[in-house]
Amino acid sequence: MKVLVPVKRVIDFNIKPRVKADGTGVETAGVKMSMNPFDEIAVEEAVRLKEKGIATEVVAVSVGVQQAQDTLRTAMAMGADRAILVLTDVAVEPLGVAKILKALVAKESPDLVLLGKQAIDDDMNATGQMLAGLLGWAQGTFASKIEIADGKATVTREIDGGLETLTLALPAIVTADLRLNEPRYASLPNIMKARKKPLETIAPADLGVDVTPRLTIVSVAEPPARQQGIKVESAADLVARLRNEAKVI
Amino acid sequence: MAVLVFLDHESGIIRQASRSAVTAARALGEVHALVTGDASVAEAAARIDGVAKVLRAAGAAAAHELAEPLAAVIADLAPAYSHIVAASGASGKNVLPRAAALLDVQPIPDVVSIVDADTFVRPIYAGSALATVKSSDAKKVLTVRASSFDPAPAEGGAAPIEQVTVPEGPALSEFVSIALSQSERPELESARVIVSGGRGMQNEENFKLLNPLADRLGAAIGASRAAVDAGFVPNDYQVGQTGKIVAPELYIAVGISGAIQHLAGMKDSKIIVAINKDPEAPIFQVADYGLVGDLFDILPQVEAALDKAG
Amino acid sequence: MAQQLQDEARKAMTEHARETMEFDIVIVGGGPSGLAAAIRLRQILPQATVCLIEKGSEIGAHILSGAVIEPRALDELLPDWRETGAPLNTPVTEEAMLFLTESRGYAVPMLDRVMPHMRNHGNYIVSLGDVCRWLAARAEEMGVEIYPGFAGADVLVEDGRVVGVVTGDMGIGRDGEPGPNYAPGMELRAKYTLFAEGCRGSLTKRLMAMYNLRKGVDPQTYGLGIKELWEVPAEQHRPGLVQHSFGWPLDNRTYGGAWMYHFGENLVSYGFVVGLDYPNTWLSPFDEMQRLKLHPSFRGTFEGGRRIAYGARALSEGGIQSIPRLTFPGGALIGDTAGFLNVPKIKGTHTAMKSGMLAAEAVAEAVAEAMEGGRVEPTSYTARVRKSWLWEELRAVRNVRPAFSRFGMKGGALYSGIDAMLLRGRAPWTLHHRHTDNEVLESASVSPPIAYPKPDGKITFDKLSSVFLSATNHEEDQPVHLKLRSDALWKTVNWDVFRAPESRYCPAGVYEVADAETAPRLQINAQNCVHCKTCDIKDPVQNIDWATPEGAGGPNYPGGM
Ligand SMILES: Cc1cc2nc3c(=O)[nH]c(=O)nc-3n(C[C@H](O)[C@H](O)[C@H](O)COP(=O)(O)OP(=O)(O)OC[C@H]3O[C@@H](n4cnc5c(N)ncnc54)[C@H](O)[C@@H]3O)c2cc1C
Ligand SMILES: Cc1cc2nc3c(=O)[nH]c(=O)nc-3n(C[C@H](O)[C@H](O)[C@H](O)COP(=O)(O)OP(=O)(O)OC[C@H]3O[C@@H](n4cnc5c(N)ncnc54)[C@H](O)[C@@H]3O)c2cc1C
Ligand SMILES: Cc1cc2nc3c(=O)[nH]c(=O)nc-3n(C[C@H](O)[C@H](O)[C@H](O)COP(=O)(O)OP(=O)(O)OC[C@H]3O[C@@H](n4cnc5c(N)ncnc54)[C@H](O)[C@@H]3O)c2cc1C
Ligand code: SF4
Repeated sequence: MKVLVPVKRVIDFNIKPRVKADGTGVETAGVKMSMNPFDEIAVEEAVRLKEKGIATEVVAVSVGVQQAQDTLRTAMAMGADRAILVLTDVAVEPLGVAKILKALVAKESPDLVLLGKQAIDDDMNATGQMLAGLLGWAQGTFASKIEIADGKATVTREIDGGLETLTLALPAIVTADLRLNEPRYASLPNIMKARKKPLETIAPADLGVDVTPRLTIVSVAEPPARQQGIKVESAADLVARLRNEAKVI
Repeated sequence: MAVLVFLDHESGIIRQASRSAVTAARALGEVHALVTGDASVAEAAARIDGVAKVLRAAGAAAAHELAEPLAAVIADLAPAYSHIVAASGASGKNVLPRAAALLDVQPIPDVVSIVDADTFVRPIYAGSALATVKSSDAKKVLTVRASSFDPAPAEGGAAPIEQVTVPEGPALSEFVSIALSQSERPELESARVIVSGGRGMQNEENFKLLNPLADRLGAAIGASRAAVDAGFVPNDYQVGQTGKIVAPELYIAVGISGAIQHLAGMKDSKIIVAINKDPEAPIFQVADYGLVGDLFDILPQVEAALDKAG
Repeated sequence: MAQQLQDEARKAMTEHARETMEFDIVIVGGGPSGLAAAIRLRQILPQATVCLIEKGSEIGAHILSGAVIEPRALDELLPDWRETGAPLNTPVTEEAMLFLTESRGYAVPMLDRVMPHMRNHGNYIVSLGDVCRWLAARAEEMGVEIYPGFAGADVLVEDGRVVGVVTGDMGIGRDGEPGPNYAPGMELRAKYTLFAEGCRGSLTKRLMAMYNLRKGVDPQTYGLGIKELWEVPAEQHRPGLVQHSFGWPLDNRTYGGAWMYHFGENLVSYGFVVGLDYPNTWLSPFDEMQRLKLHPSFRGTFEGGRRIAYGARALSEGGIQSIPRLTFPGGALIGDTAGFLNVPKIKGTHTAMKSGMLAAEAVAEAVAEAMEGGRVEPTSYTARVRKSWLWEELRAVRNVRPAFSRFGMKGGALYSGIDAMLLRGRAPWTLHHRHTDNEVLESASVSPPIAYPKPDGKITFDKLSSVFLSATNHEEDQPVHLKLRSDALWKTVNWDVFRAPESRYCPAGVYEVADAETAPRLQINAQNCVHCKTCDIKDPVQNIDWATPEGAGGPNYPGGM
């Protein structure tokens, strides 16, 4: 079974993004970038499937700028066998990414595409579902457990208020939630070895995909600062206000 | 054109978040509601104030809100609508992007404000920034944040109900089971109310003083890093930059100074209450209601006041 | 025999657990010295395998500097830097040195004659982190293998010779036991290993002890620099302006002052250096740097601006009197870990780079000789240093910093004026450093307390919201990387005598006294640490040992810092 894992290069999760003074976006120059944390989980799961003998090959894909190579190298250091960079300097929306991935699926014929549930920059939480829609495949989003047997995937999903279990006909799309696993470190020996694993670069045009964005950014602003409230005099006053004013109890 | 709103339900009860989506959708046009499940769900949807028509996708294929058939239904209905809306819950986020892909539309998730029919405000970078985006798609597919729109009243409407058919197709996914969490304490990330303690609780024993209040409010219990490091509570209680990020309706911070790393994990709560003996503590700068005093005096008083209020 | 068996057993065990990789040269630390050495090595020996490790999550993540830099070494290393996009974009156009009283600032007249070392024409205001990122990209193009996120945790020594380093283990829990994600460190073996750890390197410290490298030299003395990066309204921005100050708020017994550099797009680098030989245990370098911003000579710049980053780092202030032996079998020390910083200039970038280049040349020569069974110690490095402009430059300013310790701030300023104008740095005497910085701290009972103003949240801030802007983090579940040699000593010395000076000098709020009223104990918030190394230097009885935490931990200084 072949597994395709799309990974995105995003601002490192330790870094608090800073809105540019001119309101056109978030400062990315000189900012540390890393693999989207949900994608690390997806890579880890794919590698575990391989270690269990279920998957035979894990292919990491990224759509992005040249430096997204580093992200792919990290995926390979974690255990992916090879990587594909779809090189583009323009920002590609989930719809565009999904179209690119669909074209790659046609080329690579994976049995499973494992994505992160969402990228922590744009927080779209859309790419996996859209790819599933475009391919007409089953989808198991927000997965906290995956089992593969008898040509089917059994996926436990994190839903509002609990867990839901589905079986999916393969090939299928699964998106990884936080609790699926705890990803391993890319160790130094493996990073060194990953330098020698194959990385292929292609252009969206080679795949015949139009990725013209549908959304334009009008402005990006910092959220308004929280206003200081009031000091109440007594516990009774507090309870009364929570009940009557704020209506939260 | 009208707006199609997908209302999700849990065990037959329409979620409050979906009624918020109705409110958001009303700003865009006449609201038609799409529901699955029993007739009672459709009837409940028909009574929501502001819903002009209910579309009920009945039958096995539509049960359990599986994404594949539901997205297909939405795509089928789409030609009659300018916007397709759902609440930003697990269900809406599962289904709507798939439907959008079928329509060749880029969805707009987590809308917190509607500027006009094409322009929406949504948080990015986990709320560190707000992006105003304008869509050039002919049709808009959006999910909206429930906390940003008041829920439409559950009663007051009397909309007609129509059946819609679920397009035939191979069953790609199958429902196996659902397990709703039963724990007495809700989980931190999904709790409606959180009571959180800091170093001011002094020790493990005293930290338990928060239990009765939390029980009383059906709240989860959280903690600051200082409280975790001092061993009052385990690691997974920690709220903040390196702990859990939460946004409950009510967050009660007891004996927490309000360092920025703690605020990073809870500042998006709807209402923040601070109980602290230091009137200069930074937590008061973000608290909606602050109570200055010794927490060991105040906690019993709050409980008493709650009991009195019934 | 038993010893030999034991050694072999240990070797076999480590070999089992750790993977090994062989290189010609391994460089520990990706600052200007390490990167310059790497580039130079590949220039001379294009076939040599050069591996550089950096404990920061990326190159530049741990680099904290002013920085006004002299391009002299860069000119020698990469003469085409102007054409190849080096981020040296703001030439210095205007400079001022202010003497501050509490409410006024007096510009020192004839600056370039009284303080010739402060002359900055031809220099550039930069983000040293960005310069390092650029140097790293050049180095990688030239075939250097760079691995950020991996700390050199131990030195590999065999038969008295350094044969490389071991990177830190990953995934060890707080209890010291390997967790589910355990990944053992790796042995990076090399013919020669260059230590480029910057001020107060943790492996350097071990090498100094192992090879007695400090024998016969003055103790190293240090300063702590705390920095903020601001974005200010365009009308307050004067690109190219370099402003320094001395005097208020420090007393005459404390060496230090502030800097303010305007560069880039509305960016201002502001910071404060205090000599770590300060005596007053109540002094808080962080609060000094905060309150200085309120002085009329500085405040106007920050009004209406936005603080975007924060950080701190120690620097070596000993000068040539304090430079240790530079080589040992199998390697050498380069950059600020050896102490190559021109103190009165507060510049160490060009000297760090130059020392790295000279060491590279020496190593290249030794590698060639080693093939014929030659030298194990790249000793020609020392001779090269002594023959270079680097030595001449440091020699000329050698008496300035010690004069301040000896004659106080005002006397020191006077001495350095005389030294510069009359003696022109050629005084026939050398003033020595008589103490280490930790020895001169005075007890809480004799030190005058200092009342610092409360932060206003606009121009001045508290420590924790500052640390937030350093984007510092450490994986929580790991052993504490700040070790007390003795817990008991903390109570009897640090608390009873000095009232926990670490809670004040640590610029990241790592050290907190808990239960001060009842049973005082030290709470170490290791996660906050910005790797400045001050505690390793200033603890009164050297009870704190700074070790490298899990790789990639620590600050994540952004571009512009
Ligand atoms: C309004 C708007 C503004 C934008 N502004 C910018 C900008 O300023 N700079 C910029 O660089 N981009 C920008 N983009 C594009 C953006 O970078 C994304 O490529 C796109 O929006 C994907 O959204 P997401 O990552 O949140 O998707 P999600 O649907 O949240 O991602 C889910 C998963 O899909 C996969 N995935 C997503 N994207 C990729 C990818 N590129 N390669 C491989 N796998 C992927 C990953 O597995 C990921 O975990 C913008 C997009 C929009 C809509
Ligand atoms: C990289 C990094 C990550 C961090 N991550 C987190 C994180 O995820 N979560 C987090 O919480 N912190 C985090 N911190 C730590 C944070 O900076 C603070 O140190 C911590 O939040 C302080 O916890 P506290 O408010 O409980 O303690 P303190 O700051 O000591 O505050 C205790 C408060 O209790 C009050 N008090 C004491 N006694 C009483 C009484 N009897 N009655 C009423 N009030 C009383 C005091 O007035 C005081 O305000 C992080 C720091 C760093 C640098
Ligand atoms: C506040 C301040 C202001 C300054 N202003 C100026 C100025 O204006 N102009 C100027 O020219 N100079 C200035 N300097 C001095 C200059 O920054 C230093 O001299 C110079 O950075 C030294 O370079 P280096 O390569 O020796 O060390 P560093 O720049 O300190 O780099 C050392 C690198 O090694 C890494 N490292 C350390 N130990 C390990 C390990 N064990 N394993 C892996 N990696 C490790 C560190 O993370 C770091 O990235 C200033 C210094 C400070 C602190
Ligand atoms: S703990 Fe030590 S090295 Fe870390 S920031 Fe504090 S003083 Fe600096």
